[in-house]
Amino acid sequence: MNMKGLRIFFRNIRDSFKGVFRNFSLSLASISCITITLLVVAISIVLSENVNNFATLIEKDVTIVTFLDLDITEEEKASLEQEIRALNGVESYEFESKNEISQSMMEESDTFKTILEGLEDSESPIQDTFLVKVSNIEEIGDIAKKIEKMDNVSTVKYGQGMVEQLITVFETVKKISIGVVVALILVTAFLISNTIKITIDSRKREIEIMRLVGASNINIKIPFIFEGLFLGALGSIIPIIVTIYGYNALYANFNGQLFSPFIKLIEPQPFSLFVSLLLLVIGILVGMFGSWRAVRKHLKI
Amino acid sequence: MSLIELKHVKKTYKNGVTAIYDLNLEIKKGEFVFVIGPTGCGKSTLIKMLYREEKPTSGSIMVGGINVAKLKNRKVYILRRKLGVVFQDFKLLYKSTVYENVAFALEIFGTPKDEIHSKVLKVLDLVGLKHKAKNYPTQLSGGEQQRVAIARAIVNGPKLVICDEPTGNLDEGTSMEIMQVLEAINKLGTTIIMVTHDTDIVNRMKKRVILLDSGRIVKDYAEGTYEHEGA
Repeated sequence: MNMKGLRIFFRNIRDSFKGVFRNFSLSLASISCITITLLVVAISIVLSENVNNFATLIEKDVTIVTFLDLDITEEEKASLEQEIRALNGVESYEFESKNEISQSMMEESDTFKTILEGLEDSESPIQDTFLVKVSNIEEIGDIAKKIEKMDNVSTVKYGQGMVEQLITVFETVKKISIGVVVALILVTAFLISNTIKITIDSRKREIEIMRLVGASNINIKIPFIFEGLFLGALGSIIPIIVTIYGYNALYANFNGQLFSPFIKLIEPQPFSLFVSLLLLVIGILVGMFGSWRAVRKHLKI
Repeated sequence: MSLIELKHVKKTYKNGVTAIYDLNLEIKKGEFVFVIGPTGCGKSTLIKMLYREEKPTSGSIMVGGINVAKLKNRKVYILRRKLGVVFQDFKLLYKSTVYENVAFALEIFGTPKDEIHSKVLKVLDLVGLKHKAKNYPTQLSGGEQQRVAIARAIVNGPKLVICDEPTGNLDEGTSMEIMQVLEAINKLGTTIIMVTHDTDIVNRMKKRVILLDSGRIVKDYAEGTYEHEGA
């Protein structure tokens, strides 16, 4: 950029600052509008992310229990393990030997202990198992089928039927919550850009004069777009403070869980910072978009 | 050499009203031209087309070598930088000082600060308002505000200044002051086109007068007065 361009650029920034302060009451209207709508957006993001997080945690917990044939040899076990490891979509797996299982069963109840202690190793009905977790819950059925077809696998269990229902419910909840957030952001964009439009409409004269003295369209737009940027940034301050402090307080108050240890809240760091950044970006983009839309209207002759 | 040349210009508004019919006009560099005529005769439309606030429906308009009729919206600024416009309602920024109002027209080119400073003070001196540079327009009289507008129009040294009833809101004495300023600018070589209703001014100045009626030029006098058309 040459000196002339640089001077024009700095003048634009200076003018956009002036614009915010010289039209303070209207700027305040825009800022309040941005603040209120971003607060609603912040709340909906926090809610929907927590619902998603909860759903994901549950989904991650679903395991395919793979029971191996009783007469499986060590070599066969090793090759089966290879096969499972090579399978696409397997997040992790764990081997539990029949001894480990009977040990834990015996610890759990005395009845089991009596029964199991009375049996010879060869008579024990307990099978070696692989506990397989999948990365994408929707593939669990397919993966379970593939494992079932492998050699030396007697049966697989993953809560067939129940898991499918759970997936359907969670996927619907996720889709709805994302839809609500997106809709809210769009409504926000519309609201904010309309408020800014009113602000700028009242400065029609200013735009007319700029055009009259020979400002190019870009030169007219830039200060207003920067102004929209400042309005958006200023409007997101309160929502950001509320998000960071509010969510931290909420998390501390509930000890990180809602009603039961089963429903875990997302840890405040870096989640609240991420939401704050998102709010800032939404505020800035929507502010700039609103200004641009409003100015453009006055540059058509 | 002609600064402005209109050939077969016709302007019909979207609502179907035709404001200008087949108008031909040539204005030379350094002229002082009055455009007069009854209300609704098309004089405002005519000058609005000169600074491309309106587009002609057909015909060609050349202003200082720019084909205004074909000028794209986003290139309008190129034309505007070559001319100054003065209005009846001054069109000043009321939240800016006199100095800032005039400097505004230079800042948009990215003119260096020192240069802006010296040029603005020079034109404010020319219109007799150097001592009010730091005042806001609302603290000035109508005549003074109009002189600020004139200063802004001429600060980047345009070859043409277009005035749309610049004295329409001013009393007789103040109007004559404005005319003196305009005449001084004209003497420096700037072409001036002025639309007016004020018979006194036209009669006193003895400049070229173009009389419009119903969208047509009915008379064009080299040193005209209002009496000729019996108004």
